[in-house]
Amino acid sequence: MDGQTRLGMLHRLLVLFWPPPQTESVILSPLSFSIYRGHKIQHSDWHKEPLRIMDPECSRLLPALCAVLADPRQPVADDTCLEKLLDWFKKVTEAESSLLLLQENPCLVELLSHVLRPQDVSPRVLSFSLRLAGTFAAQEDCFQYLQQGDLLLGLFGEAGTLGWAAWNVPTVRSGWIQGLSSLAQHPSALHFLADSGAVDTVFSLQGDPSLFVASAASQLLVHILALSMHGEAVEHHSPQGSAWPTCAQKIVGHVEESLRSTAAPQVTQALNVLTTTFGRCHSPWTEVLWEQLSPLVACLLERDPIPAGHSLVDLLLSVARSPVFSSADCGLWETVAQTLSRLSPTQAGPLALGTLKLQHCPQALRTQAFGILLQPLACVLKATTQAPTSPGLLDGTLGGSMTVDALLSSKSACAGLLCQTLAQLEELHPLPHRPSPWPQASLLEAVVTILQLCDGSAAPGSSVGGRLCGTLAGCVRVQRAALDFLGTLSQGTSPQELVPQVFAVLLEYLESPDSSPTVLKKAFQATLGWLLSSPKTPGCSDFGPHIPLFLGELFPVLQKRLCSPCWEVRDSALEFFTNLSRHWGGQADFRQALFSSEAPTLTQQLLRDPESYVRASAVTAMAQLSSQGLHATLASPEHPEAEQGLLREFLNILSADSEGFPRRAVVQVFTQWLRDGHAEVARDTEQFVATVLQVVSQDLDWEVRVQGLELAQVFLTQKLGQPGHCPYTVALPEAPLPRLRPEVLRTLCQPWLLEFAFRALFDCDRPVAQKACNLLLFLRDKTAPYAGTQETGDSPHLDSMEAALQRWQAGEQGQPLGDPEPEAMLAVLRSLDLEGLQGRLAESSDHVEKSPQSLLQDMLATVDILEENEADCY
Amino acid sequence: MLDCGLDMTSTLNFLPLPLVQSPRLSNLPGWSLKDGNAFLDKELKECSGHVFVDSVPEFCLPETELIDLSTVDVILISNYHCMMALPYITEHTGFTGTVYATEPTVQIGRLLMEELVNFIERVPKAQSASLWKNKDIQRLLPSPLKDAVEVSTWRRCYTMQEVNSALSKIQLVGYSQKIELFGAVQVTPLSSGYALGSSNWIIQSHYEKVSYVSGSSLLTTHPQPMDQASLKNSDVLVLTGLTQIPTANPDGMVGEFCSNLALTVRNGGNVLVPCYPSGVIYDLLECLYQYIDSAGLSNIPFYFISPVANSSLEFSQIFAEWLCHNKQSKVYLPEPPFPHAELIQTNKLKHYPSIHGDFSNDFRQPCVVFTGHPSLRFGDVVHFMELWGKSSLNTVIFTEPDFSYLEALAPYQPLAMKCIYCPIDTRLNFIQVSKLLKEVQPLHVVCPEQYTQPPPAQSHRMDLMIDCQPPAMSYRRADVLALPFKRRYEKIEIMPELADSLVPMEIKPGISLATVSAVLHTKDNKHVLQPPPRPAQPTSGKKRKQRVSEDVPDCQVLKPLLSGSIPVEQFVQTLEKHGFSDIKVEDTAKGHIVLLQEAETLIQIEEDSTHIICDNDEMLRVRLRDLVLKFLQKF
Repeated sequence: MDGQTRLGMLHRLLVLFWPPPQTESVILSPLSFSIYRGHKIQHSDWHKEPLRIMDPECSRLLPALCAVLADPRQPVADDTCLEKLLDWFKKVTEAESSLLLLQENPCLVELLSHVLRPQDVSPRVLSFSLRLAGTFAAQEDCFQYLQQGDLLLGLFGEAGTLGWAAWNVPTVRSGWIQGLSSLAQHPSALHFLADSGAVDTVFSLQGDPSLFVASAASQLLVHILALSMHGEAVEHHSPQGSAWPTCAQKIVGHVEESLRSTAAPQVTQALNVLTTTFGRCHSPWTEVLWEQLSPLVACLLERDPIPAGHSLVDLLLSVARSPVFSSADCGLWETVAQTLSRLSPTQAGPLALGTLKLQHCPQALRTQAFGILLQPLACVLKATTQAPTSPGLLDGTLGGSMTVDALLSSKSACAGLLCQTLAQLEELHPLPHRPSPWPQASLLEAVVTILQLCDGSAAPGSSVGGRLCGTLAGCVRVQRAALDFLGTLSQGTSPQELVPQVFAVLLEYLESPDSSPTVLKKAFQATLGWLLSSPKTPGCSDFGPHIPLFLGELFPVLQKRLCSPCWEVRDSALEFFTNLSRHWGGQADFRQALFSSEAPTLTQQLLRDPESYVRASAVTAMAQLSSQGLHATLASPEHPEAEQGLLREFLNILSADSEGFPRRAVVQVFTQWLRDGHAEVARDTEQFVATVLQVVSQDLDWEVRVQGLELAQVFLTQKLGQPGHCPYTVALPEAPLPRLRPEVLRTLCQPWLLEFAFRALFDCDRPVAQKACNLLLFLRDKTAPYAGTQETGDSPHLDSMEAALQRWQAGEQGQPLGDPEPEAMLAVLRSLDLEGLQGRLAESSDHVEKSPQSLLQDMLATVDILEENEADCY
Repeated sequence: MLDCGLDMTSTLNFLPLPLVQSPRLSNLPGWSLKDGNAFLDKELKECSGHVFVDSVPEFCLPETELIDLSTVDVILISNYHCMMALPYITEHTGFTGTVYATEPTVQIGRLLMEELVNFIERVPKAQSASLWKNKDIQRLLPSPLKDAVEVSTWRRCYTMQEVNSALSKIQLVGYSQKIELFGAVQVTPLSSGYALGSSNWIIQSHYEKVSYVSGSSLLTTHPQPMDQASLKNSDVLVLTGLTQIPTANPDGMVGEFCSNLALTVRNGGNVLVPCYPSGVIYDLLECLYQYIDSAGLSNIPFYFISPVANSSLEFSQIFAEWLCHNKQSKVYLPEPPFPHAELIQTNKLKHYPSIHGDFSNDFRQPCVVFTGHPSLRFGDVVHFMELWGKSSLNTVIFTEPDFSYLEALAPYQPLAMKCIYCPIDTRLNFIQVSKLLKEVQPLHVVCPEQYTQPPPAQSHRMDLMIDCQPPAMSYRRADVLALPFKRRYEKIEIMPELADSLVPMEIKPGISLATVSAVLHTKDNKHVLQPPPRPAQPTSGKKRKQRVSEDVPDCQVLKPLLSGSIPVEQFVQTLEKHGFSDIKVEDTAKGHIVLLQEAETLIQIEEDSTHIICDNDEMLRVRLRDLVLKFLQKF
């Protein structure tokens, strides 16, 4: 047999039997199982043509399934099956005529007719049928078809489902609403809704005890309103309310009545309907609707307390965001302004934030909204008798007493309001159209004061301040929110005189034994933000005047935190240390502070921490120090053994650590070192890569193996150049590829590299196989020009490779690849259908189970199993 | 008497007692007055600007002048820290009463006293300074000596003999055990969750309940959890022994302790932890047990040096019933409740009675040493302070909150070693107290004045004070308080045969009355109604008859008792019906006067009496009396 024939056989072998037959290890892995299934289904391309008419096999299965659904003795075990079935019908009806579908599959109409006999149907099948009927009736001809037999009236009319005992089941009510929602797509549906009295039922369902049903009812009302106005809006330009279609008038009348109601739930329902309406419908009629209803909405503000405050805020924001109102002066801004001044601080906050996010809002309103948002912080500053340094924070004094009351009413109210305010300001801070001038200084003062109140270090001069101090002392929620916001404020230009205060409070939190691990993490993040945003000053020092002092105090704290008994704290400290070193490793002040501390030694000791997350973070941190020459002993050239020691330690972690996180961290570090040309790696790159890949290939963690392939990819890229075929780059005129030197080729075809890649190709974890496939594709493409010139003879190398690959494919991992010639390697590479493999690997693991045929079969099979079980019982 | 703690802060005014001759301490310069007068230079020494008494340390005793302690019948002890003054009271005041305490309290209290006596006695000091205590001289001294109170009452430490004698007067009690005190009240110890055997006390009569809440903790540490439920329905709750460091969270402090310990040891330094031989040390050792492996400190030796170290570690393991549930359940496995047993077994923790002997052979550095006394004035800690104080690699970590660490360190200045203050006080903080008071809802709270206002250094921290309704009654030193309740009722038992003889009569639905004629027998504050003795038989001899009549009150035929009230208007109408006319009614402060002008008779009707005043007309009086009686019920 010549070489070409052999390769051809191998090719077929890999194509036909890819992926490997089920072995023990394969059974254990769901991913590989799915690959196996992928092979079995030869005609599994259905999903590429989802719009095809129902295939004959499904059509054949449908009657049996409908019979099962109609049979109360054969309960459907799983609701999700019905959901999937419905999704499938939706897809089919989107592509095909529903009428045709029903005519070709009469079993479906039979099923719908069957459910009209309530005693024979389970609630979940009834709900399903209602939704299915709605899906079919969405097409007008099908609607007419179903109407002929009064099927729809039976299902959705007052004499139908509504009167049955099953109506008490929320699923049925939900199915009824969703069915109507699907059905309401054409004028005939509108008449049906009006005649059947369904709209009145929907009104009552707005107050349904099931929140899902109530919400769906509101949505349906909006849908009906929009549908009824759809035709009108085209014919008449923004007709007045009195000229609206009867159905629309009925709905609007109901909303008006609800708005006038003294019962808060009804007001909430009306506001929710309107919110959805203005959010979804942007036709001119919505303007008329608002003109008609806004006086009623405004009346709500005169009540005490204001009912449904949150829903009112949602409505006003929904109206304000609607493009219909962008230029119109419809009294909206007055209502918003009035609402802002009337609502409690907690309720007004979201409205203020939403208002400030609007592009076209009047300046006066923006000022008012910003004042409301700042009010709690202004109160805090006032209570601690610190006058704000810049105007803006105390301008909106209206409602100040209400804010103070809210702050002092209870600990939870105080914390809730402050957290909300801080989060809202944090959201506002990065926006390009945030209020201007932005009171950076006052905000800094306020947040620093809040942090001081929380740790008891503030010295308030007023009784309100004293009570705030007592309320906020030790409040972790507020501490976290304030530190988040403080970190965000580092992104602005702050007065230099305030920066020391910021660093002082951050240091307090970093030092305090009472800082919880989460607070400490936030404090580290905020500190990093402030350190990195500190302006550099030209001169002998790298940093401004505050930083060297701060660093001097920071490192003792960092050292202490690295020794914390709480692993989360050690981890946060390492993360902070790594980030700081990454950004500042080259700065003299930082290096000086670091070298005079024990932090590098402590970090190295944490490589042996009992907690795997900490070990992983320590690996990253040590790698960072090493990369920047910050490891104390590394800094001196007379101690090269320290560097080797670190490499050995990392290799030891990679081969011996019982947890995946540190091992993953090590491979990532090695990959980065290879990219950066780290000194230790550059000494003998091949040896380094070979050693690492040898260890990685034995690793049980698939992420480690993927990382190992990434390392191999970097290695190959460095040898061969960047991968081509980037879809986002403009193709340059192709330059003739330089010929690979034989020694490079030999390096690339080293057994340790290709063996690792080939073995990974057969990996039972799909991401590993995908990565390996991409790697081999890259290698094949890059070596193609060279390999094409060589003749592959009938060599013993090829025999052994073929044998090895077959065995690996069969799940026998023991046999090595041997030491084949590069030519043989390349020949094997060329012979593989790597593109085909890549395509198959890209398919999701459940693509087979997603097929409708599989779904129908599964549902029928489940019933069989249930029957068997039933038989067993006897 | 509730507790008898010893104020040991007085010892901070004295020079440390070194175990080994300390040239530094012996060469301290004597102190002289501003005018150069050096007559005190033998008694007072100066060290880094502070003046110390060069003498055997002395302790400040409980108040003895306000009350004659020989009249105290009972002392209730809350925990082993609150009994350190016991020998002074039982042995030197004429005290003849009983002391009540739980077994662990007594045993560990004995260890603390034994350690104290040992620390002082093993370093005999010839010199005893007393000149400086002269009031005229004390005025001239620098602070804090100048401001020290009651220095004349300060006493040297007691002896072991006095300790043994004092402890012999203690009666052991168990949690929830009810102890009758002279029939007057019943006292009950409840778990307070603070230390092994620590108690709160309920003092109650039949109608009144006073709770005494001393050092208590709601944290999950080694002792049995605090019994809060039994404190409910108290008329008065006396609250003491709250945390001394309300701003320090014990969890945070333990973390701080571990971090600093690891940091020091990793840098090659030694760690010194001045501590008591029992209490928080158990929790610290438990934390370290979990921490040392993770911190890579497995090879670092931990030394516990105290004359009672061995007893303390062993006692802790045998008081299973006094431990928290988790530790109790370990005993049934069977495993030692505290993990320090394993530390000892694996040689990670070694304990010695003193630095002399085996310790000096085993000692290797870097290491961690737990030793006393936290005041740094006596005990083995003095040696380590002298030994390690000069190196900045070493660290002393203060965990006991009883002493100001700055004052404790004063005689060791200048000091190179690092000092970390991690006070671990697990007792109730103000948030916990607020919750506790909301839970148990006493009618009144009585507490020291300090708890009713924020700490002076943090006057804005309104959260660092007791906030309850009605506001707590506060007291200062030597205040005499009248507790806000009166004993209005006493419980009287009725003998069954007497109860049998009663004939209750229902005067209102649900209320019946009966007259009782009995002999009230009172003994040991117990009151019993016994049937009256039957009249003596006339056949008895004359002499005997006479004796009986002397002993027993005459049992006359009893008139019926009356109850009810007289409605004036109806009464007047009745009078008119019965022919009385010209009736006039006057209202008085206590009731009414009905004037029968014609008959010249006055009827005075008051809430609890009615008088008929008429001139020598018995018939009329009887007639009127019968009319009055018609409105009243008889039984």
